[in-house]
Amino acid sequence: MNDAQMIQTDLGTVLTREEIRQIDTELAHVPYKAGAAIDALKIVQTQRGWVSDESLRAIAKHLEMSAEELDGVATFYNLIYRRPVGEKVILFCDSVSCWICGCDGIKAKISAKLGVDYGETTTDNQYTLLPVPCLGACDRAPVMMVGDDLITHLDEAKIDQLFSDVTVEDSASEGEQ
Amino acid sequence: MEKVLTRNIGPEQTPTDLTAYEANGGYQGLRKALRELSPKDCQTVISDSNLRGRGGAGFPTGMKWSFVPMGDSCTPGHKYLVCNADEMEPGAFKDRLLMECDPHQLIEGMILAAYTIGADVSYVFIRGEYVVAIERLRGALAECYASGLLGENILGSGFSLEMHVHPSAGRYICGEETALINALEGKRANPRAKPPFPQVSGLWGRPTIVNNVETLCNIPHIIDRGADWYKTLGRGEDSGTKMFGVSGRVKNPGCWELPMGTPIREILEVYAGGMQDGLQLRGFLPGGGSTDFLVPEHLDLAMDYNVIGKAGSRMGTGTLIILDDQTCPVGMVLNLIRFFAHESCGFCTPCREGLPWTRQVLQDIEDGRGQLEDLETLAYQVKYIGAMGNTHCALAPGAMEPLQSALKYFRDDFDRHISGGCCPYESHKVHQHQHQHQQIGTGA
Repeated sequence: MNDAQMIQTDLGTVLTREEIRQIDTELAHVPYKAGAAIDALKIVQTQRGWVSDESLRAIAKHLEMSAEELDGVATFYNLIYRRPVGEKVILFCDSVSCWICGCDGIKAKISAKLGVDYGETTTDNQYTLLPVPCLGACDRAPVMMVGDDLITHLDEAKIDQLFSDVTVEDSASEGEQ
Repeated sequence: MEKVLTRNIGPEQTPTDLTAYEANGGYQGLRKALRELSPKDCQTVISDSNLRGRGGAGFPTGMKWSFVPMGDSCTPGHKYLVCNADEMEPGAFKDRLLMECDPHQLIEGMILAAYTIGADVSYVFIRGEYVVAIERLRGALAECYASGLLGENILGSGFSLEMHVHPSAGRYICGEETALINALEGKRANPRAKPPFPQVSGLWGRPTIVNNVETLCNIPHIIDRGADWYKTLGRGEDSGTKMFGVSGRVKNPGCWELPMGTPIREILEVYAGGMQDGLQLRGFLPGGGSTDFLVPEHLDLAMDYNVIGKAGSRMGTGTLIILDDQTCPVGMVLNLIRFFAHESCGFCTPCREGLPWTRQVLQDIEDGRGQLEDLETLAYQVKYIGAMGNTHCALAPGAMEPLQSALKYFRDDFDRHISGGCCPYESHKVHQHQHQHQQIGTGA
């Protein structure tokens, strides 16, 4: 980290007192500070919705590790978000049992309804769509999670009903017109 | 059949609290162990029961525990017991049920396992998406601490144990026990080189046992009722009962506790209700996404570790994934390989580079761009990526299992894709194509 970045770290986003309190609770269980890296990332993400570069640097400083080392951890895990996400994350299961039960069609329906593909957030910032490894509800396939809720036996009607309040501008067809 | 693991789980699947759990014989195994059994006695009972790990590998649990240094042979410091509740194997959905509906059974199993190996700290390493199970386990832990079943001097025995629920931040590879330990240490979840094995040097360099949820749920019953009783539960050569599941296009997909050695046909036809109308059975993965396909001629085999092994596959998690005659076998294998390529930790080259290569070859075949030489390429990949020892851990060899058996049993389907220049199974793709048309604005 060069001097300019160091200054930015100090003047930029800092951890809140509550975040520090929660992270320090985790530090009691680990022999060295970097051992609480994932916990700290999750704590900050719970407060802020995602982990920005500024947040990352602030956590790294608190844990006495380099920002690069912490970013290596953060980017490894699919439930740590290094980009902003919508108010709710849709974790869409596209693993084998859901695939056999037609999840590709459901995914297409969601993408059409919300105007997003994997990794994208709706224009109203309500939903981010992400794929997820098998959700362990294969007897109720196809399934997905919306926020903390597991939604099972998905079909097109259920998607319409779930996202009935969402209206998305269809940028592709507007472009054609 | 006597229900053991699911005796507290009714059709409505309501969670069992401490009062209900104890009223149905819960914590009897723990009370018995703390009262009259030494740790060595417990380890002997579990070894004698022939309990094998239910996470997929089937390693004998008692033997695994016996590798933990005990007494004077162990240097002073913590020992750890970790429950692997990171259920993420494609097609596996058994541990979720056990944790959501009977969290105390798992906790009792963990306390007993910790007592046996002399651990003083324990973790439930659970995938973050299992929000309901996390909440119920935390509730159950609080009940235990309040009742003296966890914490200092459990039930006045002098044995102490702390237990934490640790939600994971994701990634399939965390199910590999040394990767899981790295995740618990706050690192990237790359598997570790073995030896040293975790039993000797695991979490923070201390002796650590990692056991699957279902494995641990068996422990209280074996301790309470003995190894001989447990061995009578199986119908074949393996002991106990097993959570078996069926997913895919069957009439009644689900998860049931049945005796070890239950024939596959019975699981599929009696419990899962057979195939949905109009569909025929083509094949199945007997134990999750990283097991070899078996085909209808194997239906009368018993679900026992060695029987399934001799047939060329693995019992794995015991959750069957059914391939019907209107689903494309190439597409199914492509879906699995895409999963494993995505979930590679990236540490070793054959897995990081090899699996995306395999995925690309399969994608070409599925999309009708395949050539006959591609089948040789796939065989080459199976040989070199699939060989244990060429990769750092078992992820990539596991990924090759459904591919190698698909090439064996469904070779005609690969050929038809290549000769016809398209996938002969279009039913799955109708929606996808409609969507693509909409996106590029050429739809009706």
